[in-house]
Amino acid sequence: MPKIKMPKSSPSIDMTPMVDLAFLLVTFFMLAASFRSSEPVEVDVPSSISDKIIPENVLLVTIDKGGRVFFNLSDPEARRELLLNMAVKYKVGFSEEQVNKFTYMSSFGCTMQELPGYVNMTGDERKSLNTAGIPYDSTNNQLKDWIYYGNIAALNSGKTAFEEAKSKGNVPDPNDFKPKFTLKVDNKAVYVHAQNVINVFRDLELNNLNFITSMEMAPL
Amino acid sequence: MAEIAEGGGGGHDKGKKRAKKSSTRVDMTPMVDLAFLLLTFFVLTSTFSKPKVMSLVYPAKPDPAQEIEPQKINNAITFLLSEDKIFYYSGQYYPVNAPGPKGATVLEETDFSAKGIRKLLADRNSFVLQGKEGLDKKLKGKQIQDSSYLRMLIDFKKDPESLKVLIKTDDKATCKNFIDLIDELKIAEIGVIAPVDILASELDLINQKIK
Repeated sequence: MPKIKMPKSSPSIDMTPMVDLAFLLVTFFMLAASFRSSEPVEVDVPSSISDKIIPENVLLVTIDKGGRVFFNLSDPEARRELLLNMAVKYKVGFSEEQVNKFTYMSSFGCTMQELPGYVNMTGDERKSLNTAGIPYDSTNNQLKDWIYYGNIAALNSGKTAFEEAKSKGNVPDPNDFKPKFTLKVDNKAVYVHAQNVINVFRDLELNNLNFITSMEMAPL
Repeated sequence: MAEIAEGGGGGHDKGKKRAKKSSTRVDMTPMVDLAFLLLTFFVLTSTFSKPKVMSLVYPAKPDPAQEIEPQKINNAITFLLSEDKIFYYSGQYYPVNAPGPKGATVLEETDFSAKGIRKLLADRNSFVLQGKEGLDKKLKGKQIQDSSYLRMLIDFKKDPESLKVLIKTDDKATCKNFIDLIDELKIAEIGVIAPVDILASELDLINQKIK
């Protein structure tokens, strides 16, 4: 049988279009990406049809499936003021470096007494740390203080931002600069835990709460 | 792209020694590797959809110094959540030892499917839903403006005819069910949503139902 001769062609392919495409996509993702901030807990949020995007200035309380409570405030300026107020109230000392570190930290869930040690940790250490969350029972309601001082600090920094926007000649809505109170609850968390946290908010007369949800399609 | 154009502009240096000609093709494999590595990294780390929020206004805590007469609600439905079950009763609550005109309250069970709670709410709240449909048509036909549409919708929701919803949870209810329920209420355009504390006798009713 005669051998079939394959036409000899160069085995190297011109990769230029592929490289073009790859770099185009890289550029796109680089510019469009907003990075996931590393949170100390993974929380699987429920879904809803709501299409309201999370506001800029938020005070976030996270409840994980075991009912542990974590606190976060989005505005770095307000965080600094909040920590200084809390440090005075609980008589816990923080170095200047620790305050700076705290300003750019994500959620935290530990007692005020543990906080200086917690600030010094790296991200992975925080994740593996076995904390009991922020205490919020009636004898030691630290969560209430975090929310109370957080609200004041966020209102103050919101006011400066509002004045700044006003001086630039815009007509800003003052409500955009007020902190929004959001709750991030885990799917599997027992509602009683959320209810307790909600009651802390309601004790402070903060009744307008937002739940973080993932999007789902609205029924037609 | 990778090739460099050769020749041209070589007319005047005829006598000069030519540099050794080598292939101008560059091996692009490492570059492609790198590009795709970066691509994968950005795809995996970036989050596109910002999380959404669902707002819920809680009733203000009553002042303990002030005794408030319990309001008579004529068109209300109460949902009771437990584990992954959902029960409801309409109107006022009548415990077994003090039955109302139609006897004591009996819990009915429903579920989170489209045929369960969604249909139930759509039937009960048809007043608002029909009103909204009429408004939607007017908005599409440009008879009313956006702002008046919103205002009229709120008026519909505040109307005494519209359905009011109370939510009670026992200590086994999960947050998922609670949010799902609120979500269904928002789909059904319920204006008044009030999460309230559960009564002991209602807990007994749930326990009887689950058994």
